[in-house]
Amino acid sequence: MNINTTKVISLLFFIFSAFYLYTAYQIQVFAFDENAPFNARTFPIYLGYTGLFFSGLKIILPDPNTIKVQHKTLEYKKTAILIVIAIIYGATILKVGYFLTTSLFLFSSYYFLGERRWVLMFLLSFPFVAAFMYLLHGVLDIYLRDPFLQSIGVMG
Amino acid sequence: MIEGILIGLTTALTFQNILMVMVGCFFGTIIGMLPGLGPMTAIALMIPITYGFDPATGLILMAGVYYGAVFGGSTSSILLNAPGVPGTVATSFDGYPMAQQGKAGKALAIAAWSSFAGGTLSAIYLLFMAPSLSKVSLSFRSPDYFALMILGLTAIAAFSSKGQFLKAMMMVVLGLMLASVGQDSLSDITRFTFNNMNLTDGISFVLVVMATFAMSEALTIILKRNDPTSAAKQVSLTELGSIKINKEERTKMYKTIPRSSVIGFLIGVLPGAGATIASFLAYGMERNIVNDEEKEKFGKGSVNGLSAPETANNAACSGSFVPMLTLGIPGSGTTAVMLGALLGFGVQPGPRLYMTNPEIFWSIIMSMYIGMLILLILNLPLIPYIARILAVPKNYLIPLILFFSITGIYVMSFNNFDIYLMIGIAVVATFLRLYDFPMPPLILAFVLGGLMEENLRRSLLLSNGSWEFLWDRTLTLCILLTTILIVVWHFYKSIIRK
Repeated sequence: MNINTTKVISLLFFIFSAFYLYTAYQIQVFAFDENAPFNARTFPIYLGYTGLFFSGLKIILPDPNTIKVQHKTLEYKKTAILIVIAIIYGATILKVGYFLTTSLFLFSSYYFLGERRWVLMFLLSFPFVAAFMYLLHGVLDIYLRDPFLQSIGVMG
Repeated sequence: MIEGILIGLTTALTFQNILMVMVGCFFGTIIGMLPGLGPMTAIALMIPITYGFDPATGLILMAGVYYGAVFGGSTSSILLNAPGVPGTVATSFDGYPMAQQGKAGKALAIAAWSSFAGGTLSAIYLLFMAPSLSKVSLSFRSPDYFALMILGLTAIAAFSSKGQFLKAMMMVVLGLMLASVGQDSLSDITRFTFNNMNLTDGISFVLVVMATFAMSEALTIILKRNDPTSAAKQVSLTELGSIKINKEERTKMYKTIPRSSVIGFLIGVLPGAGATIASFLAYGMERNIVNDEEKEKFGKGSVNGLSAPETANNAACSGSFVPMLTLGIPGSGTTAVMLGALLGFGVQPGPRLYMTNPEIFWSIIMSMYIGMLILLILNLPLIPYIARILAVPKNYLIPLILFFSITGIYVMSFNNFDIYLMIGIAVVATFLRLYDFPMPPLILAFVLGGLMEENLRRSLLLSNGSWEFLWDRTLTLCILLTTILIVVWHFYKSIIRK
């Protein structure tokens, strides 16, 4: 059986809207606000119903423009690797510091995307990040926490 | 008024102030080009510097940064499909496809001329219409604003091509849902935070726009790397093409620019509406006005589709100064930052600003025109150099886009959670983009979500819970009827007709 993915996404959105609506009803408002014409849960409740309405329509009505994605041609592996690298970057940036993590993030991203010009890869990671960091930290006075540079005495 | 114009010219044409406009435009263009760093960040960074000058010079500098950043945002929209500011999201609809067809230089030139024309025309409107327009904007009440927001969100129907109306509306709802996360503005009750402290202040706009545009665009490019159609696009992307605008394109722009500048200026005057809604409305209006043949080109590199939002967003920038200077109500987030700076100078904006500080009022208006001229002189010759960014191989460009996006979020919050959230939203957005779910409606809804709830709250409280406020005032009723007409028309076209 050929499943229309757009309909599946619409069904997921319908379920998401139902969950949103349920959570909206659970919002605790002040006792004196409970019967007010408008309180903290009013707008989300309307949104929940609107989400159910539009996604419901999308499920029910025929889909004249079915989107067919050629999954075989998609680069899932490289995309997943890039996402994992970004997550690791996000996890380490505060503990290790901006300079080292950002440089390594850029260097490894170039590598996994198939780049092998080592000198260019190096120039567009470590010196590039150093220059950008100088612009942010030195010129624009935007504080960038960097335990690594502090530990080697480069940053105060 | 003549006396005021002369005072303004005398102040704006001093060497120091012209230099400030130039520095502001250049600095703003660079900052605006970087995804994540928009005019608000640029102006916020400028505030400490401006305190070293007199109020007029300080505001002239900030105004220059504002225009520069809006133009810079258009550049990243056209070249990378990564709008630096919400006001240039609509620019990417036709600017980016044009760049993909090897006409990046032309797209940037059209954007530069449209911005210049829009800004110049609106500076003229501002000069003659500021006093009366402030009275009109004063007459807008909460129900009118609420109806206007509905109209703005419905205008996204104009962006959805055949069969995408419902998808666009689902994205609108998703955007509003994301905007509802965090503390309720009035009662401070937390909503949809699931006891996570990081969500208490809500989700940042920059985070959502970075995730759904810059990051998701980068992931989509990698994902579709082996797709034969995207490979072809990559080859054509390396060609800049001519920056010369031919006669046919000029004719199209001559028609688009005046009407888009009017709509941009009028929307900019309304407090809270700003450049984003102006550019979306101008795009939607232009699409509805042009003939069927031209309409087919929208979203695929239309000259009208690029010129309209570019004209409107710059016109709205000038328009947004009207409520700020005459009423003390900012017309956009950026003018809100400038209002804070003005108060810091000890200048109280309001109707009496004409009398108490005429040099500030008129010099800003005069410097707007000078700023537009300088922006054009600075940016047109630089287009070939700016567009070189296209020659950067994808292996380098993609990690750099991710780097700018993550850095933009990191310097805003210094929080790992925001980075994870951005990656999560970007992954979902990439998946949705694969199936043609449009992202611009989500962004517009996210921007307007808070304002919309606020105006609905006021309207319902004033009418004691009754929905009669929707037809009590003629203005509200007219806006709502226009909305209904748009919905019915698009629904008919996209579904029933088939």
